Amino acid sequence: MTKWRWLILFVPLAIFTVMVVVLLRGLGSDPRELESTMIGKPIPAFQLPDLYQPDILHDQGVLQGRPMLLNVWATWCPTCRAEHQYLNKLAQQGVYIVGLNYKDDSRAKAIDWLNTLGDPYQLNLMDLSGQVALDLGVYGAPETFLIDSDGIVRYRHVGDVNPRVWEQDLGPKYQQLMQQYESEERQ
Amino acid sequence: MRAFLASVLLVLVLLPLAHAQITPYPFENDQQRQQFQRLTEQLRCPKCQNQNIADSHAGIAKDLRDKTYEMVMAGRSDEEIVDYMVARYGQFVTYKPQLTASTSILWWAPALVILIGLGVMISLARRRRQNLSLSEEERQRLQQLEGGKDD
Repeated sequence: MTKWRWLILFVPLAIFTVMVVVLLRGLGSDPRELESTMIGKPIPAFQLPDLYQPDILHDQGVLQGRPMLLNVWATWCPTCRAEHQYLNKLAQQGVYIVGLNYKDDSRAKAIDWLNTLGDPYQLNLMDLSGQVALDLGVYGAPETFLIDSDGIVRYRHVGDVNPRVWEQDLGPKYQQLMQQYESEERQ
Repeated sequence: MRAFLASVLLVLVLLPLAHAQITPYPFENDQQRQQFQRLTEQLRCPKCQNQNIADSHAGIAKDLRDKTYEMVMAGRSDEEIVDYMVARYGQFVTYKPQLTASTSILWWAPALVILIGLGVMISLARRRRQNLSLSEEERQRLQQLEGGKDD
């Protein structure tokens, strides 16, 4: 009987402890951050014009062949401005970034932005209707996708890329893909 | 007082208008209109905290409304449209989650809690009944006590 009494006394404590852990984790997580459904899936098929040269059409093939970041941005997005200088810096360090201009006000405005703030992108895609972004599950800007050399989405970061995000989150994941890619290249 | 009542009445009359779609969508028939209304009330705006895409002014909510309209006009079924959205935005995007391994907790957890409660109630009731019956030792002691009272 005494054994049972101890159990009865400790069960509420155990439940309490589990709830504290679960609720504390909920407190730390950002409810605005959604899990991407694209993780582990290939980039959906698309055809998008080049930002600078609208006659040139690119398809999903441009998002494979090497690890890269796909940065979704627009001139109407203040956070995109905030992250832009850091993207320039990453590009200088040799990080391969493709830009997806998302439902921007006009082509001229987007080009003007890149001319004045710098162009960190190896390639600039323009998604005026937002259909490709919708297929990617984009729900705001900026968003940054990490894509491996097979064109599979490995990770998505919502919000600006800054030194903290790069050093703790995106950077190590990108470097890991780069190491894999380089060792495969050598063979 | 009369002015207050009149203003309350005015608000009540105008409220449904404020709730109405921000952009009117032309439909060919009532069925399409109802389907569109049903879906935009069931689909959740990914950018907002707890708002359906019918009520939200967020850019993404408008995009999803436009997409829903496009698919309704193309004759797609409710299921096809919801599946399309869930494939892109996850189960978060619908207020009626589909039954999958990760969402199944919504169905079995309440049943489990009720079962645990029933178990606790039954075991408590049983224990109480057991306590009512006396052991042989206790019966003798009781007889002794009752016998003592007679003296």
